[in-house]
Amino acid sequence: MHEYPVTVQIVDIASETARKNKGRVRRIDLVVGEDSGFIGESIQMYFDVVAEGTLCEGAQLFIEGVKPQLRCEKCGKRFERKRFSFQCPYCGGDGEPTPIGKELYVKSVELEVEDQ
Amino acid sequence: MHMMKADVMVDIHARNNHIAEHVHEHLAEHRIFAVNIMGAPGAGKTTTLENLLKHLDIPGYVIEGDIESNIDTERLRSQNILASQINTFGACHLDAPLVHNAIHALQFDKPGILFIENVGNLVCPAEFSIGEDIKLLQVSVTDGSDKPYKYPLAFEKADIIILNKIDLLPYVDFDEEFFMKGIRHLNKTAPVFKVSGKTGEGFEEAAVWLKQRAGF
Repeated sequence: MHEYPVTVQIVDIASETARKNKGRVRRIDLVVGEDSGFIGESIQMYFDVVAEGTLCEGAQLFIEGVKPQLRCEKCGKRFERKRFSFQCPYCGGDGEPTPIGKELYVKSVELEVEDQ
Repeated sequence: MHMMKADVMVDIHARNNHIAEHVHEHLAEHRIFAVNIMGAPGAGKTTTLENLLKHLDIPGYVIEGDIESNIDTERLRSQNILASQINTFGACHLDAPLVHNAIHALQFDKPGILFIENVGNLVCPAEFSIGEDIKLLQVSVTDGSDKPYKYPLAFEKADIIILNKIDLLPYVDFDEEFFMKGIRHLNKTAPVFKVSGKTGEGFEEAAVWLKQRAGF
């Protein structure tokens, strides 16, 4: 349910690119951070249903996941958060959130375009 | 027929954010300060906004977001609070298009504060901008002190955090130090106000902060 409206947006964005280039979508490359709040598998599940009857029908959806990273306030290094902890594995300092892992965007699309 | 690759780099939230900006502009024109209230079901979101309105001597407006029913809206209207209801019928959060429709149905006669109570959920509401000025996160001691660690985004994005049901502290295993430590890792600036919806304590201080932040 939660991923359905997001999948509609993805199909809209890709279809718009196809319309501008007078083509059809064959492949979509999507970036989904693990802290974006959206599950790649779930988007994948809705994709074929949402794409039906649009310029994305029959296209393949490739999803690139991004692991969230914290940044240590003390040594500045980036690291992946352990459960129930914000501790830096390098120096023991405290980690603060970064935008890495919150991505949710259409990176590129491959189009099949009629020869002029 | 040939293949071509097009770089897109478009954020999925772009359309929602565009409408959220429109909502924000519309509210700013009417000098309305909007507060997006987020929190788990039963944390006390409606009770908190009722108590805050009691201590705020400025006009208040409310939009209630629920999957179904208008129980909260009726409850507020019975206290002469201007309230309007959004039902999402299954969706787990409010988004900007839903709020856009709701604000155009409301009459903002005087400058004031608009509380938009999101659907009870500690996850999804944090992901969608609805044109608010600030996000208020409502948690309660019965939710458990591990919540900042389990639902980091809501705590990271909050501008103000209200910890409710502190009258129940003697009866629950709530580790306040662990709770505050988790919050401060995610969020250095949001003030945390401890309140009790049962006794009414703590809301006055939160209302003073809110009024100042809203510029009234």
